Amino acid sequence: MITKAEVLKTADNARIELSDQEAELFTQQLKATLQLAQKLQEINTDGVQPTINTVYMQNILREDIVEPSLPREEALSNAPDPQDGFFRVPKIMD
Amino acid sequence: MSLYQHTAHQLRDMLRRQETTAVEITESMLERIETIEPEVKAYLTTTPELARSMARVVDQRLKQGEALPDLAGIPMGLKDNMSTKGVRTTCSSKMLENYIPPFDSTVYQRLMQQMSPLLGKLNMDEFAMGTSTENSAFFTTANPRDLQRVPGGSSGGSAAAVAAGTAIFTLGSDTGGSIRQPAAFCGVVGLKPTYGLVSRYGVVAFASSMDQVGPLTKDVTDAALVLNAIAGSDPWDTTTAQRETLDYTAFLKPDVKGMRIGLPKEYFVEGVNPEIKDRINQTVQQLAAAGAEVVEISLPHTEYALAAYYIIAPAECSSNLARFDGVRYGYRSETAPDVVTMYKESRGEGFGAEVKRRILLGTYVLSADAYETYFVQAQKVRTLITTDFQEAFQKCDVIITPTTPTTAFQKGEKVHDPQALYLSDLLTTPANMAGLPAISVPCGFDQAGLPIGLQIMGPAFGEGQILRTAYMVEQLTETGGAAR
Repeated sequence: MITKAEVLKTADNARIELSDQEAELFTQQLKATLQLAQKLQEINTDGVQPTINTVYMQNILREDIVEPSLPREEALSNAPDPQDGFFRVPKIMD
Repeated sequence: MSLYQHTAHQLRDMLRRQETTAVEITESMLERIETIEPEVKAYLTTTPELARSMARVVDQRLKQGEALPDLAGIPMGLKDNMSTKGVRTTCSSKMLENYIPPFDSTVYQRLMQQMSPLLGKLNMDEFAMGTSTENSAFFTTANPRDLQRVPGGSSGGSAAAVAAGTAIFTLGSDTGGSIRQPAAFCGVVGLKPTYGLVSRYGVVAFASSMDQVGPLTKDVTDAALVLNAIAGSDPWDTTTAQRETLDYTAFLKPDVKGMRIGLPKEYFVEGVNPEIKDRINQTVQQLAAAGAEVVEISLPHTEYALAAYYIIAPAECSSNLARFDGVRYGYRSETAPDVVTMYKESRGEGFGAEVKRRILLGTYVLSADAYETYFVQAQKVRTLITTDFQEAFQKCDVIITPTTPTTAFQKGEKVHDPQALYLSDLLTTPANMAGLPAISVPCGFDQAGLPIGLQIMGPAFGEGQILRTAYMVEQLTETGGAAR
């Protein structure tokens, strides 16, 4: 069953900063949910195909015609820190 | 009776007979909002000027003798996960507190083509994750039937507004019951269409293989009218089905003779309030007396649906919500020295507890060690659940069950117990897992006077037959026209 160390590792993978208190609480709560999920192991699913989506999926194609897209200023209008027409972020490499 | 108390179809008829104007209707709604909204708190944002300007256009065009769509001049509200260009769309999250979409969702576009005035954006559980609207980052909405109780969720604002008369109809979204459960709690009609019937374009994604948009209304006729307006394929959502468009109001006949109603024993189990079971059974008896044939059926994998849902939905959510990284839109933590810390702090501070829990659970079940055990097994169980329904619909035309195991619970009663809140989805998640249409229609009250919802499920694209059955339930139980 999931441990606090695994929760912290998962949080790192999901790029979510957790306080120590949150990590404790979530470990208990995720344990409870995974306990419920254990129930699924009771079922023999040999030879059963997994369902990814319930609708019949096929490629939807269209003519390759250029259509107007979102203007740059509008695409940047919700950015926390836009600059010179770009999204600005803190430094990525040293 | 004030204008805000009418149904959409009544107001449409009054407009056509020139007994009222669209401006009068909108003003009646805005007045109602001013009076009751401080207690109910269904709206995150109101848009009175947008509503008024649409109403004026409707009146002008009616004056010129134009034939207008059914919902012209009928004021509505939208769940706050549906993009509205220029109008704040928050998903009830601190993450999107100041987000102004630069484009419209398809469903909003279609309602604008109907010329329906937008009154505002409605409260919800953060990113549609919850069953009580208590997971909103901003405030909790009250159930208009009893202000101490929750309206249900995640489309709690959408249900509460219809029940309180602060919108004539609303749209909600339903991934595991988020339209039907609040509709049941607030005593209104809530319809989750077949997966693929309504476009999801511009609706902030939660679990993409199950999310579906649908109406919350005062009666079944209004549900059919709103479905007429929003259903249909959309080049911007390639999961929408290419099918002929139907007029769903054509199915609304008070006639269920020969209709085969399936009653699955797995939905009438311990844990479902006996008062609710009794009320559903009584209503089924009334349908039988009206000529329907009642068939005992079995959906043997029902007890596994909730567990599978709480693996699949978080897995899909963890992937969908990866986009909220503080770069292009949404909340950014200001102090981070490097980009990875910025991601982690922005997400840690921007998301609420339930959203974080589900992202973590989803990330975990998709990790290499847990993938086969949890995620793939849940997807296989999903296949078995779908097969159960296919077999059941060989024997019946619709399936009737309770919508919820309990009626509306008290605010704060379950807020610290995620497991208890998840149970509220017990009877609604199977329809999402199988992609099937399902409606909740009021069928009476419990001893405390709280509404009881009756759920009707149909085969894929069987909206017509579930609407007809719901219409009959409404006639037999005299529950049409909520918020009176």
